[in-house]
Amino acid sequence: MTAAQDAPAQIPVTVLTGYLGAGKTTLLNRILTENHGQRYAVIVNEFGEVGIDNDLLVESDEEIFEMNNGCICCTVRGDLIRTVQNLMKRRNAFDAIIVETTGVADPAPVAQTFFMDDDVRAKARLDAVVAVVDARHVLKRLEDTEEAEDQVAFADVILINKTDLVSEQQLAEVEARIRSINPYAVLHRSERCGIDIAKVLDRGAFDLDRILSLDPHFLQHGHHADECGPDCDHDHDHHHHGHDHDHECGPDCDHDHHHHHHHDDPHSVKSISLKAGDLDPNMFFPWINQITQVQGPNILRMKGILAFKGDPQRYVIQGVHMIVEGDHQRDWKEDEPRESRLVFIGRDLNWDVLRDSFQACAAE
Amino acid sequence: MPTIAPVDVDGFVVRAGFLKDCVFFASGEGDIVFSGQGERTERPHKAGLLAAEPVRDGAGLITSGDDGRVFLSDGDGSCECLAERPRKWIDLVAAGPSGAIAFASGRTAWVRFPDGREKEFSNDTAVGGLAFAPKGMRLAVSHYDGATLYWAGTDGAPVKLTWKGAHLGVSFSPDGKYLVTAMQENALHGWRLSDGQDMRMTGYPGKVKSFSWSAKGRYLATSGANAAILWPFFGKTGPMGQSPLQLGARGDALVTAVACHPVEDVAAVGYQDGMIMMCRFEDNAEVLLRRPGNGPVSSLDWDGDGTRLAFGTEAGEAGIVSLQD
Repeated sequence: MTAAQDAPAQIPVTVLTGYLGAGKTTLLNRILTENHGQRYAVIVNEFGEVGIDNDLLVESDEEIFEMNNGCICCTVRGDLIRTVQNLMKRRNAFDAIIVETTGVADPAPVAQTFFMDDDVRAKARLDAVVAVVDARHVLKRLEDTEEAEDQVAFADVILINKTDLVSEQQLAEVEARIRSINPYAVLHRSERCGIDIAKVLDRGAFDLDRILSLDPHFLQHGHHADECGPDCDHDHDHHHHGHDHDHECGPDCDHDHHHHHHHDDPHSVKSISLKAGDLDPNMFFPWINQITQVQGPNILRMKGILAFKGDPQRYVIQGVHMIVEGDHQRDWKEDEPRESRLVFIGRDLNWDVLRDSFQACAAE
Repeated sequence: MPTIAPVDVDGFVVRAGFLKDCVFFASGEGDIVFSGQGERTERPHKAGLLAAEPVRDGAGLITSGDDGRVFLSDGDGSCECLAERPRKWIDLVAAGPSGAIAFASGRTAWVRFPDGREKEFSNDTAVGGLAFAPKGMRLAVSHYDGATLYWAGTDGAPVKLTWKGAHLGVSFSPDGKYLVTAMQENALHGWRLSDGQDMRMTGYPGKVKSFSWSAKGRYLATSGANAAILWPFFGKTGPMGQSPLQLGARGDALVTAVACHPVEDVAAVGYQDGMIMMCRFEDNAEVLLRRPGNGPVSSLDWDGDGTRLAFGTEAGEAGIVSLQD
């Protein structure tokens, strides 16, 4: 008999996105060669020119399944469902899964696979979507392609790579542009993907229990000082340069005002942070259902921490397109202001309607 | 009283069943345990084993793995490598007439004829399932938006059966009149092959991953619900407009594997929690064959005369249930 029942219930899955040449394979090889005692199963789209040194490596043709439910954004990756099922036949051979996508892949079906397929969901959980971008080329990519924007918008962790090949000013521009698309991701700078692997893996970005705050990360002075100890030797030397864009946005900013030329651009992804006090659950749930039904295709990511009237507990919520998950998390602390906060990252959303209709969910 | 003889298997039991002279248990970790006069473990694949299927005359077991190889093992120590596709994960195999086999990886399926010749069948989308027709060298390949029927031995034009969605496992009815697929969205789809008539069989809370035709092909038993669901395939219209039988209903666990008895109108039903029951079609009478264990029942199969049942679970529990002392 095997000890399969001792294995953790759900295997963590990290998804790596990023354009060709950004450094995904370099990051992957760093993860695999670091001495961490973890065994990874790696799913790649194709065996590239750069070899990947791993025992459990599977090539998988990206194949999008549309679900027969009339929802155009409810797509899953058929090949991933199958590969995860096949991997589960060797459950004792690995501890975690890494999925490397092609440069032009839409990250949504990958993420949705882990929510929409019951078999996959029972065995594996999405830990985080990590985007690797090339500091030299990312601005051009973002101008030219929707995929690049989707990858940035979708990411929980963004690694700005090849920082040694651009000037500090260029880097600041890159960060500002990335922030304008996705203010909520954790940003890291790296050269040749040199980064502490712990900042990329085991993020719990889709874990409702780990939604602790929804502050745009760039408002935290010291760039994620919460994540690095004083002895940490990674990319701090760049940090003091990065702060000059702080003053451009206040906490209520929806991050579009310094990119006016994007307003008429159909590719433009924006984010919005909605705030209210106590909400009326009888108003909020029908509202969020309706919003995600109607605007789902344009919503890339959604997260929220909510206070419902008369409810002593924080309610946390997260979503991808039309998929919404929510649960009670913990009691509100005494010194914590009861505040509802909901953020959307999306494309062509009707921001004013979103803001007004959300306010209408406030408890009397 | 039924008795259980446990068998030690290390890993997820991909397939349990019978060859001519022995019982086999193929594990995802790569071991194949053959239990007959004695017990013997073979390990033909370099790493994991993804699929296993006995050849039609029961003389051997075809297995495929993530080493890109297909082996034929006879249970007496001989393992022959029948085919190799380096770096591919071969996760589907099927047994055909007179020793022909089919296997697939990604978008491509291959038939290997008894003389060692191979023929390739490329598809636009990934192969979801493979099945040979009960008679003739006819191969069904299920894929996205339908299934395709090939005459593997000739160059005749393939027959395309279309239905929107992703089609996974596939099976011919024993009389060859129907083709049934399991779909990504918790439903079965069927085609009457005489006229291409579509059949929708829906209402499952989970995906259908196990199906088994009853004696003479009267019913198709399926997993994926909290009871074994048996669709009637007798009469001119098959299951259309008919209600299925529901056997062994439980409120607390889904059915994960089914195997119809080869002679009687009885099915073995395996559940998510490892329990196995035997249920009679006529009156839904139930006999408990195995109590719940550590993992979902992943494979069930009867021997030829229906006196022994081989089982395996995802947690590596396995054994043989004997109905006679």
